[in-house]
Amino acid sequence: MNSVFRNNTTMNLTQLSKEDILLALSEIPDPEIPVITIEELGILRDVKWDCITCTIVITPTYTGCPAMKVIEDDIRIKLKSLGIENIIVELVYSPAWTTDWISDTAKEKLEKYGIAPPEHSSVDKGTLLGKPRDLRCPHCSSKNVQMISQFGSTACKALYRCLDCREPFDYFKCI
Amino acid sequence: MTLEQAKFEYLLRLGDSSLIIGHRLSEWCGHGPILEEDIALINIALDFVGNATSLLTYAAQVEGKGRTEDDLAYLRNERDYRNLLLTEQPNGDYAMTIARQFLYDVYTYFLYEELKNSKDETIAAIAVKSHKEITYHLRHTTEWMYRLGDGTEESHQRLQNGLNELWMFTSDLFDMDEVDAILIKAGIAPDLNKIKEAWEKRVKEVVAEATLQLPTSIAKQKGSREGKHTEHLGYLLAEMQYLPRTYPTAKW
Repeated sequence: MNSVFRNNTTMNLTQLSKEDILLALSEIPDPEIPVITIEELGILRDVKWDCITCTIVITPTYTGCPAMKVIEDDIRIKLKSLGIENIIVELVYSPAWTTDWISDTAKEKLEKYGIAPPEHSSVDKGTLLGKPRDLRCPHCSSKNVQMISQFGSTACKALYRCLDCREPFDYFKCI
Repeated sequence: MTLEQAKFEYLLRLGDSSLIIGHRLSEWCGHGPILEEDIALINIALDFVGNATSLLTYAAQVEGKGRTEDDLAYLRNERDYRNLLLTEQPNGDYAMTIARQFLYDVYTYFLYEELKNSKDETIAAIAVKSHKEITYHLRHTTEWMYRLGDGTEESHQRLQNGLNELWMFTSDLFDMDEVDAILIKAGIAPDLNKIKEAWEKRVKEVVAEATLQLPTSIAKQKGSREGKHTEHLGYLLAEMQYLPRTYPTAKW
């Protein structure tokens, strides 16, 4: 479907629906965790389309997330490939991003990729103050794991190790 | 002073404090005592700089003179900076950094909790977002307070020295003036006396649990509200602002 758009950049933009745009944007991978998309991660919040101007609303996972600029650039490139020239990328902080927005399919993908997905609702404050109860090693599924550091390779992750298979792994923190 | 002027001033206080303490923490990059702590401190630094970006962007917008967040960060002089004196204090040894971060994290934890209810929607939105991150910061420094305070004789003494050294800058955290009065009335900012109570209680609890002594020094230094800083800020700005001032048209 996407290739059709790319070959017809002169196509009438009025034929392009909001759904088409969403579908195209939902292919964009997160720059730091490329196995999941910005849509699955909950960064992509809204698309406004009036057949001339396209406004994309995104929200950062963490305020200082350095990937936001790359994500914005990726969105612009994707929209241009659809023939859209007037693009506004809006960054919003409210409602604040939460790990609750990560879809179940995305959580499965994260685990396969070697990142333990957030296990709980962020409403459960216990996750903030102690070890998540059902956290398991993404390599061998053992629950015999230990936190090395609350701060991992990116702002959204903590560093753990598995005491059975001895492999270190990242855990996607609940916020 | 108009409401907009007070808001601009207040946003500088919040944003500058985040920017300066974030820059201080970034000085640990590659120098952390262990790899995990190096990564942790830089992650926290990133949160602060991100928070500063959103606050200073909004400050520039409120000011309405066409300045950007980068203009505010890189083209203001020392006396125009409104960051808290505590945030500009040098890293010292690791215990000194932990003492500084702990005192500041408890402060921002309670301050941002109140700011979540600000009648200014943008400030409230930034506060909701940042408070989630601050909760992690506070947990991290509190653990290190226990570990170092209740650790070896050496770590205990170093952390106690850090607390003693920094204590004189804590009254600056709760200093209020006309800006606060205007914003409290408008429901935009909280009364810092309320924050002070919660701050003192938490700090006392953790200090006692960490087998440390609450400093008794009565020396106090204030002045951040008027841009009267300690000697350390100038050196920090010289390093932070060097590149954009030397190459004003440089772009990433």
